[in-house]
Amino acid sequence: MDALMNFGTGIFGGVWPAVWTLIKIVLIVAPLMLGVAYLTLAERKVIGFMQVRIGPNRVGPWGLIQPIADGLKLLLKEIIVPSSANKAIFIIAPMLAIAPALAAWAVIPFTDTLVLANIDASLLYIMAITSMGVYGIILAGWASNSKYAFLGAMRSAAQMVSYEIAMGFSLICVLMVSNSLNLVEIVNAQNSGRFADYGLTFLSWNWLPLWPMFLVYLISGTAELNRAPFDVAEGESEIVAGFHVEYSGMAFALFFLAEYANMILVSALTSIMFLGGWLSPVGFLPDGILWLFAKMSCILFLYLWFRATFPRYRYDQLMRLGWKVFLPICLVWLVVVGVWMMSPLNIWK
Amino acid sequence: MDFQTLVFFFLSAILIVASLRVITARNPVHAALFLILAFFTCGGIWALLQAEFLAIALILVYVGAVMVLFLFVVMMLDINLDRIRQGFWNYLPLGAVLGILMVLEMGMVLGSKYFQVPAADAMIPAGISNTKAIGALMFTDYVYPFELASIVLLVGMIAAIVLTHRGPKKSKYTNPNEQVFVKAKDRIRVLQMPVEKD
Repeated sequence: MDALMNFGTGIFGGVWPAVWTLIKIVLIVAPLMLGVAYLTLAERKVIGFMQVRIGPNRVGPWGLIQPIADGLKLLLKEIIVPSSANKAIFIIAPMLAIAPALAAWAVIPFTDTLVLANIDASLLYIMAITSMGVYGIILAGWASNSKYAFLGAMRSAAQMVSYEIAMGFSLICVLMVSNSLNLVEIVNAQNSGRFADYGLTFLSWNWLPLWPMFLVYLISGTAELNRAPFDVAEGESEIVAGFHVEYSGMAFALFFLAEYANMILVSALTSIMFLGGWLSPVGFLPDGILWLFAKMSCILFLYLWFRATFPRYRYDQLMRLGWKVFLPICLVWLVVVGVWMMSPLNIWK
Repeated sequence: MDFQTLVFFFLSAILIVASLRVITARNPVHAALFLILAFFTCGGIWALLQAEFLAIALILVYVGAVMVLFLFVVMMLDINLDRIRQGFWNYLPLGAVLGILMVLEMGMVLGSKYFQVPAADAMIPAGISNTKAIGALMFTDYVYPFELASIVLLVGMIAAIVLTHRGPKKSKYTNPNEQVFVKAKDRIRVLQMPVEKD
């Protein structure tokens, strides 16, 4: 590592730290994009198997080159801008959708040392950056100058703002018990406790004491992602394809990339907040980045499973779930956790 | 010029242009978007001043929530630009007075050193992050003002609900609770009947 640093300083001189950060960003984003590509394939395969179909199997062995073919097709297609659309915003909207999805990865810790920016307020940063993802959708819907797209944008805006509240409250519980806003410390705080002393670390993770919050986070996460069964923003049967109905080619692909990058992001966040991140579930196995990937894969599989299983929520039911069910649960559990932490039964000392 | 100054000038230039465009843009949605850009850039400047909590809170609250709803409303408005422009000269005196007042207030705060007012020094012990320091102060020294502010906000929230609440719903609507808990036997009754023969 030192040799690499010296080599870099020798070549780039003073700008080496900036170049090194750029290299690290590429090292995060490139595998992420690969993950996105193969997540689309996994989604089609998994849903195919659940519906007793085969799924894509023509391009390459077991359809393994399918995502590349899809990407190439979208790259070569023409981007059609509707004649009465607001051109500048129409083009900017997909960029605004994908930028937060990538920017949030800056603070995600892969292990306790493998993190691009280990800042103290990383949880706040994540909440701030992910809350900006909705602009891409709203602006796409508005700039398209189409009724269906606008309806999709309105639905999506209302939905994301509602579920962000429940999501924020469940994260507040997490930061209360781990006494930190730093994601690395949040994971490390899950490595101690009575069960961890017995070697059963997985029972010390946040999912068990914060079980209702874990469920709320998982479900609101699905809603924030606009994934089935909360995909009213797309709602093919009612509003064609929602906010991206006027998009084609790479502009459309960017919305897709943003959605899948966000899926991977939320699965990483769920693993870090509630499932102990890179910690191994039992004491006798070493911790490592592979555990994080395994946990993320399980949660991603859950999202695909949801999509194959549940019918789409009706819009009013969705609002009711967010405001009348999750919000009261969060408020009550927040007080419960607060009282628990102040009582002699506190397990997070 | 070091890197920080460069970033500061870069951000300030964007902030000034964006703020100007907020009041000069013809399309209200564009104006709202420039306001979002201004908030975001302002967050950047605060982060540069090492007030990372304020910066992130600004982006989280204003960019992430307030402006989303604001944009939502602006997009739905039916705005007639000509009619708005007609009232421009009527509103100008009031607007000018407000603008001068704001400049005066800002001058008084920013010029406190010039007027030899002892400014409150921020005393943060080294090694404690800004976020932690604000949290600690908020819940120890300033707990009563903080609680008071939250009560004011709560009152505002309830007032908004009371103002827009129009009494119990008179129209027919479905009750999701009943829908969720419905069973097959509530909806369909299977009868056993002897086969009728004629």
